[in-house]
Amino acid sequence: MATYSTNQFKNGLKFIWDGDPCSITENVLVKPGKGQAFNRVKMKNLKTGRTLERTFKSTETVEAADVEELNVDYSYADGENWYFMEPETFEQYAADSIAMGDAVKWLKGQEPCVMTLWNESPISIIVPNFVELAVAQTDPGLKGDTAQGGTKPATLETGAEVKVPLFIEEGNILKIDTRTGEYVSRA
Amino acid sequence: MENNNWQPSASLEIIKQKARMLKDIRAFFDDRDVLEVDTPLLASAGNTDLHIESLKTIFRNQDYYLNTSPEFAMKRLLAAHGESIYQICKAFRDEELGPMHNPEFTMLEWYRPGFDMHQLMDEVEALVLSVDDHTGAHLGSFERLSYGLAFERYADLDPYQATAEDCRECALQHDIEQPVGLDDKKDEWLDWLLTQLVLPSLPSDKFTFIYEYPASQCALARLRKNDDGVVVASRFELFYGETELANGFHELAVAGEQRQRFENENETRISENKPTVKIDENLLAALEHGLPDCSGVALGLDRLLMILINSSLIAEVLTFPWERA
Repeated sequence: MATYSTNQFKNGLKFIWDGDPCSITENVLVKPGKGQAFNRVKMKNLKTGRTLERTFKSTETVEAADVEELNVDYSYADGENWYFMEPETFEQYAADSIAMGDAVKWLKGQEPCVMTLWNESPISIIVPNFVELAVAQTDPGLKGDTAQGGTKPATLETGAEVKVPLFIEEGNILKIDTRTGEYVSRA
Repeated sequence: MENNNWQPSASLEIIKQKARMLKDIRAFFDDRDVLEVDTPLLASAGNTDLHIESLKTIFRNQDYYLNTSPEFAMKRLLAAHGESIYQICKAFRDEELGPMHNPEFTMLEWYRPGFDMHQLMDEVEALVLSVDDHTGAHLGSFERLSYGLAFERYADLDPYQATAEDCRECALQHDIEQPVGLDDKKDEWLDWLLTQLVLPSLPSDKFTFIYEYPASQCALARLRKNDDGVVVASRFELFYGETELANGFHELAVAGEQRQRFENENETRISENKPTVKIDENLLAALEHGLPDCSGVALGLDRLLMILINSSLIAEVLTFPWERA
């Protein structure tokens, strides 16, 4: 089992913490001149995306995590899993709903994504920052309300719910920022 | 991509300020008849201190240590001549890299025969003020607080009597994180509580001396009984806010006790899977010959300059910090 000592800690180092793979985002030395050293670490849980902070007594060791990132294209879903293909090797990966998280809301086919693998299994998917999706359902727009604020809910072709301006109609193609889940413009 | 790493990270203004600071320090010691000396940075023996790791190199198939401070060689000069001496030199410490740490840094170290710990603290204060006055930084005043009082005031803990369990309890009560791997070693707990609880509570715009460290953290200081009859180390540290600046001792002069401490430290190193360090027999022979009753202190000059210019990144006061060295 590969391990890392605190003196190998640096940004991007991936190790197992509380059973989940984590990546270090900040590592600061705390040390009195003649005293025990500590590493104050910020790390991102690669499964949940949550950031947590822990301090380690220096010389502690942690278990290395076998984690890699791949560029893949989304292919299709079969109701249980979502399938992605690595475009050069044509290798196929199946991600379950836990690995997919919010990504399911934005994918309809062929989007280039970044997939994180832990022990060769997908644990998270990063979708493109912007996607273009059609409106499947929304209430009819109100004439004369094109410029003023005001929003209404719309359901997109992937099933995602977003708030859109009142003038948007069914069938419109919208540009969505996947990081915030917000409408950007008509495509 | 363009490589900017050839450029210094300190501005020209700060490089000039460092030159002025060094000039001020030399003038300060010149006025007081303290002799500037120069000792080897590379030596055949090293520092056994459990929490200081030496960088090593090889010359003609033999290990040599880059000095972690010039202390041992300067004590040999003291034993030989008994003069008040100071040195400005580089010190090296493995593993120490961060916003406040560079593995190679500039140290001012000086020794005063006949001075006790408080007399040396007086002189540290005068030195810092003489540099401060010249730069116009006008930093705050100085306070002195015993280690015991500092913990009592800011951690509700008697650090001399407390057990590791008491320290853990103290961390819990003050909502301080318990670091991974920190279990039953009291001194490690005290270091943690010091950095997390005591130092952040010190006035941020003042210098504070903390003195009379626990006997278990004596390093090279002599032991004595304090006013409450507790055996403590005649050791002090200087902080500005929570930034550590200097460490001083009323120096241990007994060769046998010094040898015992070195050997104990090496034994602890073995039990903690750390490399042992070759004990400095020349230092022990010098102590055997006789070290004058003296106090000595080491002050980090990069840190002092950081405080003068109100910086929190050591890279701002180094021409070429580790990443560019």
